[in-house]
Amino acid sequence: MLILQTLQWAPRHGYALSKAIRTNSGEILKVDTGSLYPALHRLERKGWIASEWKTSELGPRLRIYRLTQAGRRQLMSERSRWERLTAAIAGILNPAEKENVP
Amino acid sequence: MKWAFWRRERRNEELKEEIEAHLLLAEREALESGMTKKEARQIARREFGNVGVTEEVTRDMWGGRWLFDFFYDLRYAVRGFRQRPGFVAVALLTLALGIGATTVMFSLVSGVLLKPLPYQQPDRLVAVNGHTEGWNEKIYGEQKLAYLDFLDCRRESHSLDLAALVYNSGTLSAPGAPQYVDYFEISSNLFSVLRVPLAVGRAFLPEEDNIGAARVAILGYSFWQRHFDGKGNVLGSSVVLDQKRYTIVGVAPAGFRLYGNEPELYTPLGQDAAGYLRNRAAQPVHVVGRLRSGATLRQAQAEVGLTGSHLAQAYADTNKGRSLQVKRLEPPVGDVGSILWLLLGAVGLVLLIACANVASLMLARAISRERELAMRVALGASRGRLVRQCLTESALLSLLGGGVGVMLANWSLHPFLTFWPGDLPRAEEVQLDWRVLVFTVAMSVLTSVLCGLAPAWRAPVREVEQTLRAGARTLTAGTRRLHAAFVVSEIALAIILLVSAGMLGRALLHAASLDPGLDIRNLLVMRVGLSPATLADPAKIPAGWQDLVNRARNVPGVQSATAVDIVPMRQGNNEYGYWTTADVPPENKQPMALASSATPDYLKVMGIPLLEGRFFDDHDRLGSEPVIVVDDVLAKSAFGKQDALGKSLWIPNMPCPQPNINKFVECSAPFKIAGVVGHVRYWGLAGDDQAQLRAQFYYPFAQVAPPFLNRWSQLMSIAVRTTVPPLTLVEPLRRELRGAAGDQVLYQAHTMEELAHESLAMQRFLLLLFGIFAGLALVLACIGIYGVLAYLTGQRVPEIGLRMAIGASPANVTWLVLRQSLGMVFLGIGIGAITAVAAGRILESLVEGMQPTVLSTLVTMVPFLVLAAMLASLVPARRASRVDPMKALRQE
Repeated sequence: MLILQTLQWAPRHGYALSKAIRTNSGEILKVDTGSLYPALHRLERKGWIASEWKTSELGPRLRIYRLTQAGRRQLMSERSRWERLTAAIAGILNPAEKENVP
Repeated sequence: MKWAFWRRERRNEELKEEIEAHLLLAEREALESGMTKKEARQIARREFGNVGVTEEVTRDMWGGRWLFDFFYDLRYAVRGFRQRPGFVAVALLTLALGIGATTVMFSLVSGVLLKPLPYQQPDRLVAVNGHTEGWNEKIYGEQKLAYLDFLDCRRESHSLDLAALVYNSGTLSAPGAPQYVDYFEISSNLFSVLRVPLAVGRAFLPEEDNIGAARVAILGYSFWQRHFDGKGNVLGSSVVLDQKRYTIVGVAPAGFRLYGNEPELYTPLGQDAAGYLRNRAAQPVHVVGRLRSGATLRQAQAEVGLTGSHLAQAYADTNKGRSLQVKRLEPPVGDVGSILWLLLGAVGLVLLIACANVASLMLARAISRERELAMRVALGASRGRLVRQCLTESALLSLLGGGVGVMLANWSLHPFLTFWPGDLPRAEEVQLDWRVLVFTVAMSVLTSVLCGLAPAWRAPVREVEQTLRAGARTLTAGTRRLHAAFVVSEIALAIILLVSAGMLGRALLHAASLDPGLDIRNLLVMRVGLSPATLADPAKIPAGWQDLVNRARNVPGVQSATAVDIVPMRQGNNEYGYWTTADVPPENKQPMALASSATPDYLKVMGIPLLEGRFFDDHDRLGSEPVIVVDDVLAKSAFGKQDALGKSLWIPNMPCPQPNINKFVECSAPFKIAGVVGHVRYWGLAGDDQAQLRAQFYYPFAQVAPPFLNRWSQLMSIAVRTTVPPLTLVEPLRRELRGAAGDQVLYQAHTMEELAHESLAMQRFLLLLFGIFAGLALVLACIGIYGVLAYLTGQRVPEIGLRMAIGASPANVTWLVLRQSLGMVFLGIGIGAITAVAAGRILESLVEGMQPTVLSTLVTMVPFLVLAAMLASLVPARRASRVDPMKALRQE
């Protein structure tokens, strides 16, 4: 989900992705490259992201990943699931709030 | 395949490039933050982690990993096979033989027993049968229907379209020379009910299905090919059957047959005015039907059942106690099914032995590679991976074996079918079709699992370092037991086949030594179709047969001649219930006896001994006292130790021999026993002892009641005793018996020796097959024993060397090895003996003429098997005894 979310705004290559996740999470979440690439390739096989090769001005060819339509849908459903989950956990952590609602 | 590899190769490179780029970018960033180039590179690497593992795990994400592993395994297996062509050849041949033989047998089972009927929507087809309490299906087969009952059923049924078929035979005098033919009388809708389109022309019309309608006929396909060269302009030509001219309106499709063989002709059943078709007491009609759309089998059963009970009430004198039943139409294959399953089982045993053999070979191979496998485990191969590799090898082997097996089967199927004794029903449907191929592939896969499981299971996972340290020379007790298990199971399987073959052999020897009850040498029997002109007038029929007997007797080389309705050891029978007092019980309580009518010379021609009294003479005729002659079996079972001569039998269903009657009349007086003769093995040499019906009696042909003479004449045969080889007389007899009008046809001429020989054909055939199977099993088991012992002994060389060094003699060592083999063999015999006894019992119940000889055969086979096993173990044992202790110990 994190990968999909990060790709939502702009297509990126692997290194940029790992950096983006790290900085956006305030250096809390560090994606291990040992899982990043397998995850990327798995998402690509599922058709949620697509990739193409681009020559960068820096020199080496870069593989740029972008979100597909299916990926966007997947992201939506995962996000809503995640939000429900966090809401549920929040409800358990702060039961008082809920009672005051009506 | 190449393409897949190439694509994967490219993806690999792309992945590498991607990771390179990642590292480069990280490195650059580190550089920008002011590190040295070296530091930057290090930090990029460290942050990334293990490049190799990342690549590996990413590759797994691409999917299809198993496929590539499989290809690597395959390549590995092929490479391994190339190194050991001998092993591969032996294993392949063994499996190909096993799978090929199983495939052949399964083709038979599939074609004869499993295939649905070759008609459209065969599951909607039904057969209607009658059932009377006390009806013995084993003797008479399924009870058919009376024609009038069929007509009533058809009229009253709303759920079924019913069609009828009656078997008949007669003399066809045109086209060509007169010949005796089989034909089916059918209801006009038979072809449409079965939904079989005619090859040429049309089916019968409903209005042709009535007495007095225009005579029309449909030709059988083969007959059309033979006599009309398959020409389309046959429609409108005619055939003359029993002196009646029929116009041909159609030709049945090729290979069309419903019951028994393909008939030559079809005629409309409704045109036949014969008396037996108007008599509800006679049931000659096969009835088949098709469920109308929407109707269920259950509805049809209820409906026809109701009709049956109405008929039983309305015609109590003929239909009382008879119910009508509807069943799914099954292919009529008789009792051949049990024989086929038996053979499939036997051939399956051979395949199992082959599997055990190949498995033990592969196990030995796997163990000699144990260090290699342990090394791979140490390098991180998972157990599943090794198991998969072992199974890949065996799968490759058995699929190749299966392929060769199918080729062998394809090549040997038809020779095998022609080799089948007698007629195999539905033989024309036996072929290597998709069912068989599916079966064979399944068989091969199963085989590969059976063969590969043991080595795979052995794949080392624990104590890897010990295996590596110890070297290949140690064998754990578990492995030795596994090897022994293969030998034990092979022996156990082989003994089953050996005992079965032995029992069949003994049964055959026993049967061949039996007295058939008549003199089978120089005896010729043949059927003759009486001249249709004679047949048309029942009053002329007895004279017609007398004329035939006289003509036959006048042929040079013929000593004596007789006419008889039932010939021993040939199919066909006629039975009546009898009782010794006037107080006759209901039909199903009466003992049954085989009845045959004959002319006075019958005993002389057949060489049957007269034990008491007299046989028939010319004074026994219609109107005189009804007499019979019984055989000693009937005399004994009816009268025990009392003298049967002069006593009488009450035979309620036998027509009374009165002149000038035109329907069945029961005798008021009983039949007097005029003589007692020896028992004849009517059911063949092997089958007679176990036949349900052994008691026999004879009655004079001259006393056959007139209404039945026509029907009887279709069954009669002429038998002659000759002074010259009987078959040389067939042509002279054919010429002489043709008669004044030249339209009497001789057919089905056999010597009695042939018939006696044929009566053992099934036993001989089974013996041959089981003999081959048992021989194969024995050879395979011996190879197995040899292989395993050679291998185990080879592994024990250091131990043997040590034993010899401390004083064991070569004889001691030989004995050491033999003892090991004996242990395995006897364990196998012990286990196999139990199964063999069970198999023997099955054989006894399935094959005619089997003697209860399981145990004694087992006892004779055991030494035989032990001897063979010992011979097989001798070579490894001798080799072991020649071990040079010094060399052996130095090897360690």
